Amino acid sequence: MNPKLAQKIAFSLLFLVTLIIILPVLMIVFVIVKEGASAITWEFLFTAPKDGMRAGGIFPAIIGTLSIVLCAVAVTLPMGVMAAIYLNEYAKENLLTRIIKLSIVNLAGVPSVVYGLFGLAVFVMFLKMGVSIIAGALTLSIMELPVIITTSRNALNSVPQSFREASLSLGVSKWQTIRHVVLPNALPGIMTGAILSIARISGETAPILFTAAAFYVPHLPRSIFDQVMALPYHLYIISTQIPNMPKNITYGTALVLLVLVLAMSVSAISMRIYFRKKKKW
Amino acid sequence: MFSRKVTDSIIEKLIFASGIAAILLVSLIFFFLLREGLGFFSEYSIKDFITGHFWYPTSKPAAFGILSLIMGSLFVTLGAAVIAVPVGVMAAFYISEVAPVSVRDVLKSGIELLAAIPSVVIGFIGMVTLVPLVRVMFDIPTGLSAFSGSLMLAFMAMPTIVSISEDAIRSVPWTYKEAALSLGATKWQTMYRIVLPAAAPGILAAVMLGIGRVIGETMAVMMITGNAAAIPESIFDPVRTMTATIAAEMGETVKGSMHYKGLFAIGLVLFVITFIINFIADTFLNRVKK
Repeated sequence: MNPKLAQKIAFSLLFLVTLIIILPVLMIVFVIVKEGASAITWEFLFTAPKDGMRAGGIFPAIIGTLSIVLCAVAVTLPMGVMAAIYLNEYAKENLLTRIIKLSIVNLAGVPSVVYGLFGLAVFVMFLKMGVSIIAGALTLSIMELPVIITTSRNALNSVPQSFREASLSLGVSKWQTIRHVVLPNALPGIMTGAILSIARISGETAPILFTAAAFYVPHLPRSIFDQVMALPYHLYIISTQIPNMPKNITYGTALVLLVLVLAMSVSAISMRIYFRKKKKW
Repeated sequence: MFSRKVTDSIIEKLIFASGIAAILLVSLIFFFLLREGLGFFSEYSIKDFITGHFWYPTSKPAAFGILSLIMGSLFVTLGAAVIAVPVGVMAAFYISEVAPVSVRDVLKSGIELLAAIPSVVIGFIGMVTLVPLVRVMFDIPTGLSAFSGSLMLAFMAMPTIVSISEDAIRSVPWTYKEAALSLGATKWQTMYRIVLPAAAPGILAAVMLGIGRVIGETMAVMMITGNAAAIPESIFDPVRTMTATIAAEMGETVKGSMHYKGLFAIGLVLFVITFIINFIADTFLNRVKK
């Protein structure tokens, strides 16, 4: 066959295959928006479920998810950024660093449901926190740690070496250089990574199944030691466990979860594009 | 107030502590799974656990054989890999080597959005769209099957496979391509004769990580594979995976019971499998960097 023709056929094939991945993404979003939009009312967003979930709203689940996620981020972000600083600015090429990196890779690979088991064994049982916001949040924060470390490291790594040298040559200490020169320049990258992580943990179900989520709690959480309803768990319950569930409530719940997650992801992605264009080096 | 030197050194100690936290956490996870799971093996033989056909945790006498669950995970994972690997690698080539820059950015954002869709949402959409479709298309009693699970998981593994393969393809030195092109090879010939072999270790790592992701996936799998704890005979049978078993049953166990410990033992098996997969993938990736 003519190599030019072969190339044309091959490239068209590659294009079609790529479409096979992208089209279902658009289809999922389209179907959920189309079927779920009618469910979205003031009452749906701001009241509790009624009649065994078959009526009413999802307010406690929204608040539950937000509280778990906020607590998780408050733990994982500082820890992850500091770990990234250690790896990028302090660590030498030695066995310890190699083991740390390998541990991070493995943390990233642990299945989400195994994190759930870990959270149950450590936070719920061993530390006697019970099924609660804090137990779920800590579980999620460990799960998200490798992601935060990796994205923060990339952000720190993209700050030119000359910036550090300029500051150090003026007699500024290492930490002060990191604090006042490296971190501010890496901040946009760190923030984008953080927002993407928040989006991801908002949709996680398996880690909170036995650590934080409750089938039904009519009131809002009063402290971090309360069990809560959570959006992803609620979606799982109403789409599999409850017979004769009105279709539009299920789609509506999926829509709220999807909008929450995608809004964060899209803003993180656009932030990254904006800062990449603005970058001066 | 502390002097600047003292604060500096406190902060640097904190940074070091955070740095080694990852090691501590991996060890802790292993330790706690072991702690809860080992009690199980003192009362139930490892051989019966791994090779037993029946998972009847609440009958009397109870049976804790996970072979059907291992087979369930294996069927779904292999099915997903067969679909996801060629599709993902081809898409990675299209995105990194063929697509114009503007198209590339759109496609990459699309794949990043896919990564962001929660697995419970994908599971729900799979239940209402894919499952009925599979039932009608293949004329089987229920669409809740290993096949539906494989399709869904292949889709969910895409972000991992595509983005890591793409990195591998992009890290092939320019000089390789220039040499081939200057000899008169077409862009396509260069791609599959030069770039593909050169990027192979990285692509292999991408595949391993994708498979790791698939084995560990829980919610979507639980919602669309039918949850039948029996050894499947065809890919159109309902199956139950290890992950789904833990997720579905842990809520109902008595803490400290054999059933509870048995689920931790399954978690331990999963942890070891994913640990090995990630270790191998990481070795490949390090080879690429050199």
